Amino acid sequence: MLIFSVFKTLTDQTVSVELKNDLSITGTLKSVDQFLNIRLDNIKVQDEARHPHMMAVKNCFIRGSVVRYVQLPAEHVDTQLLEDATRRETAVQKR
Amino acid sequence: MDSLIPFTTSGSLVDCVDRKMLVVLRDGRKLQGVLRSYDQFANLVLEDTVERIYHQDVFAEAWRGLFLIRGENVVLLGEIDLDQEDEVPLRQVEWTVLEPYHKQDVANKKKREDVKSQVLYEQKGFCKEGGEGDGY
Repeated sequence: MLIFSVFKTLTDQTVSVELKNDLSITGTLKSVDQFLNIRLDNIKVQDEARHPHMMAVKNCFIRGSVVRYVQLPAEHVDTQLLEDATRRETAVQKR
Repeated sequence: MDSLIPFTTSGSLVDCVDRKMLVVLRDGRKLQGVLRSYDQFANLVLEDTVERIYHQDVFAEAWRGLFLIRGENVVLLGEIDLDQEDEVPLRQVEWTVLEPYHKQDVANKKKREDVKSQVLYEQKGFCKEGGEGDGY
């Protein structure tokens, strides 16, 4: 649930999503849900010539299960806070 | 029913209903049709669907009809910008003309993936890919 919370704090930021089919999309994170499905607005596809089907697409929904990784804007992620939160969560689970 | 999908992305697909959408499936197929319904698993109903194949800067279309797509097969759902659609610098040709090229592309890609996973398995200590072996 922690990662979901992180993504929620990043809405309206620019992120890059790489899919397992090697498609890489940059766009504004509009929303995310508990499956880490992602909605991106104003998308830009890397190497568009290799993915001509994306030329007319402006906004898209990406199913969480096909995401390889997401590049986040580092200045908007507080890793220290995240580390503390992770420790707290594991402490709660152990109890 | 609305209460089951509150404030989620799949919930926010509501504004895509009745719009022309592009769906990319796990097997690489590209479908274009009007989104009529969906649920929290991204199961989708597409009406008046056409399948599109691409090769370099040409594409071809084939009529497919009504689809109910099981969510696990969905990679991406994109809203087609109707203004931008006319600007796309691609040329349409007959399906029968393009199909052999497309089949060749698919075969080449599969070959490349097979070689890659073989190398990863035999030389790099990776495990065999689970399930369908389509990279997902």
